[in-house]
Amino acid sequence: MNLLLDLFLTFAKVGLFTFGGGYAMIALIENTCVEKKQWITHDEMMNITVVAESTPGPIAINCATYVGYKQKGFAGALIATIGMILPSFCIIFAISKFLDHFLEITWIAHAFQGIKIAVGILILDAAIKMLQKMQKKPMPRAFMLCAFAAMLLINIFSVRISSIILMLTCGLISLIIFTVKKPAAKGGAGK
Amino acid sequence: MILLELFIGFLKVGCFAFGGAYGAIPLIRDVVLSYGWLDDEMLTYMIAVSESTPGPIMVNLATYVGSSQAGILGSLVATLAVVLPSFIIILLVTALLKAVLKNPYVQAVLRGLKPCMIGIILATGVYMIIRNGVVIQNSSLMIRPLILTLVLGAIYFGSRKIEKRGMSPILLICLSAIAGIAAYGL
Repeated sequence: MNLLLDLFLTFAKVGLFTFGGGYAMIALIENTCVEKKQWITHDEMMNITVVAESTPGPIAINCATYVGYKQKGFAGALIATIGMILPSFCIIFAISKFLDHFLEITWIAHAFQGIKIAVGILILDAAIKMLQKMQKKPMPRAFMLCAFAAMLLINIFSVRISSIILMLTCGLISLIIFTVKKPAAKGGAGK
Repeated sequence: MILLELFIGFLKVGCFAFGGAYGAIPLIRDVVLSYGWLDDEMLTYMIAVSESTPGPIMVNLATYVGSSQAGILGSLVATLAVVLPSFIIILLVTALLKAVLKNPYVQAVLRGLKPCMIGIILATGVYMIIRNGVVIQNSSLMIRPLILTLVLGAIYFGSRKIEKRGMSPILLICLSAIAGIAAYGL
């Protein structure tokens, strides 16, 4: 089979059968791309997971782009990424056309009163899981707590400060601390 | 003009969405609320729909918001914008810039950025739970949202104690829908 078509169909399948996004997808991508198709090695898969954690964007997109690029250059990357997105794009587009009418039905509106509470719980749970994996050191803790307090205040008082500003500020402060501390570390015990 | 706004708005989301699916939610809230594309209520519903349908959550949300604002063209533009940054970054990383991520200065920025992201997600979760769970109307506390929050929270986090993996997000959403119908409909 044509490799581009194969990339497209394979990632369309991954895109169609992974619910919940994120790490749920890694298992399926690993199974398909490493074991069945042998497009990339297990080590490459690990690498791409690490890179995905340090770069923005959905991890599934990162994987699709990487595998596509390895197999067929830019065209491969493009086709694999489109394949990954297309199924959910079609589904969500269809839903968006009738969700408003759907919500006018009384019992569905009731159901969504419950669902919106579940969404809060899921977000809290995601944050707790990330907290558990975070380095238990003073610096990350301080950044985390400051961002937490700032974001909570922004939400409560509906202040127009984007969370992007918070992230850039934390990144900048961390960079400044690193730059200032570096000469001292060289002179001292070394790092 | 709406297309340009959608593109810029979701490009910002795509550029800063560290920390996986849930990392994008506070950013999308930011962008969507500040442009007035959806209200908080509708956005929360859509997060649940995105969680229950296949595909990355932020891509699903971009598609939905785009479609609600400017039809098929809007959904295409928003989806493209949210994916573009990670697509380009991965191409650059694999093609030429592998060393960039190992650079100590880049690492230093990331060390500040990631915990900040976690704090932002935590604040968003806490805020949403309080806002949806503790509802005050005519100066009296509404009892149903509070009970729903406590029961669903206990079931979801309690399921970890019984089985290590706990219940899946989709199961929680289904359960919460039933609970909602029971609490408000009966």
